[in-house]
Amino acid sequence: MQIEFKNVTHSYESNNPLSGLGLADVSCKIEDKAFTAIVGKTGSGKSTLVRHINALLKPTSGEIKVGDRVITPETNNKNLKPLRKQVGMVFQFPESQLFEDTVEKDIMFGPKNFGIPEEEAREAAHKMIKVVGLSEDYLDRSPFDLSGGQMRRVAIAGVLASDPETIILDEPTAGLDPVGRKEIMDLFKEQQQNGKTIILITHNMDDVANYAETMMVMHDSRLRAVGTPKDIFNDQDLLDKKLISLPQSAVFAQKLAKKNFKFESLPITINELTAEIKQQIHGE
Amino acid sequence: MNKLILGRYLPGDSLIYRLDPRGKFLITFYFIGIVFLANNLVSYAFLLLFVFFAVYISKVSISFFIKGLRPMLWLILFTVLLQAFFTPSNHPIWHWAFLSLSKEGLVIAGYIFIRFILIIFISTLLTLTTTPIEISDSIESILKPLRVIKFPVSQVALMLSIALRFVPLLIDETIKIMDAQRARGVDFGEGGLIKRIKSFVPILIPLFVSSFSIAYDLAIAMESRGYKDGEGRTKYRILHWSKRDNITVVVMIAITVVLLFLRSYK
Repeated sequence: MQIEFKNVTHSYESNNPLSGLGLADVSCKIEDKAFTAIVGKTGSGKSTLVRHINALLKPTSGEIKVGDRVITPETNNKNLKPLRKQVGMVFQFPESQLFEDTVEKDIMFGPKNFGIPEEEAREAAHKMIKVVGLSEDYLDRSPFDLSGGQMRRVAIAGVLASDPETIILDEPTAGLDPVGRKEIMDLFKEQQQNGKTIILITHNMDDVANYAETMMVMHDSRLRAVGTPKDIFNDQDLLDKKLISLPQSAVFAQKLAKKNFKFESLPITINELTAEIKQQIHGE
Repeated sequence: MNKLILGRYLPGDSLIYRLDPRGKFLITFYFIGIVFLANNLVSYAFLLLFVFFAVYISKVSISFFIKGLRPMLWLILFTVLLQAFFTPSNHPIWHWAFLSLSKEGLVIAGYIFIRFILIIFISTLLTLTTTPIEISDSIESILKPLRVIKFPVSQVALMLSIALRFVPLLIDETIKIMDAQRARGVDFGEGGLIKRIKSFVPILIPLFVSSFSIAYDLAIAMESRGYKDGEGRTKYRILHWSKRDNITVVVMIAITVVLLFLRSYK
């Protein structure tokens, strides 16, 4: 399902002096089944952008095409469920949306709202709890007895259980420990390999380098750059304006470059970096 | 949630903004009191003039005040119509069954309409030009005499300022939770009454849970910074009573005197 933004502008509370601009003339395409990362400073419009994809926000002008569905400023609030079933959304700190008395019921909540029969929803819950790395024993427990990381996994399972085609992630690993972080990111990569479109909002450039295929840079409500992570991290103009920072491997490579190492383009992952170093030490 | 003007603060700068919040707070209540002294056209016109003058020097756009009226519109209409049609009179101009329209009734209805405008405008003026934290400071300062009867003034003041501090936070949290549940297929404001009420469970439970956890974290953070109880703490935000506040008090006394004089004017 391809997502396309056409000259989308969004301003909050347009007829009020307390208003603010959320998005300014954003046009872009998010490819089907791709892993897209959106980066940018706090307040640059990332969250506003992704909330348009499942019509939680509607544009002030312009339109968004999600598959064959078109969202315009006039889009009605009725009949949005089919769209929201296709576009799953994991918000920042999703554990704050848990409310049922058992984990199972909470995971089944989404699917049931989207009209999936009770039995199928239960099957989905049993399947998804394992996908997110917890055992089935957790299904009978209260979500409020779990640790923060486990609650996060339950919340993610609750979104995946509706089997959305597109998954939007708003800093899904914020506040997790390094191991949990990697597990969750690997889980989303796996979802992509199963044919889902992934859109990730993040401040972690290493995640972008390791997982994303396309990278979008937002600044001051505008879309400033789109490209592969490799190209964007090598864009000196963006770096000079401090719109992006570099992943660890690229920072290390920059330091090596001062010590007689030469890189045609900055390596952005550990693997690329080690391959380059090996080649430069032994290759000559 | 964004439509309510009354109770909102609007950043700005003018004479009214710089007044001592305690004075503003008391004067607002005092003014609401003396509105009931007015009893004829001249006195109401005088008060209206004063309120519009206050709005003018506050430099806040009048459209905010008119928006502030909107949520009260039905109450105003209801009261005004009730007065107009149910005032007993010996000389009704128009009359049907138990309804009668008379000159006296219309005049009283008009007065009540003006009274509503006066009270809503002046209280909107207070909240638009005073930050919530200033209001809670002035409440603390005004309640101070109650210490004599062992009323826990500083605890109440702390409660107030924490509550005010968390209003925007909880509104953000509510919007966030609503968005998250919407993304999971909840429709707010659809279906019958029971269904609508039920659709609020997925908001209220997470909201309560997060409020309690915020309260717990905040309490720990306060204790670890040396908070024991309200007593014996110094104050960082100090309110200054200045010359212009004295002038406003004099103006209020003058208004009261003029009003008393106009009352007996026929």
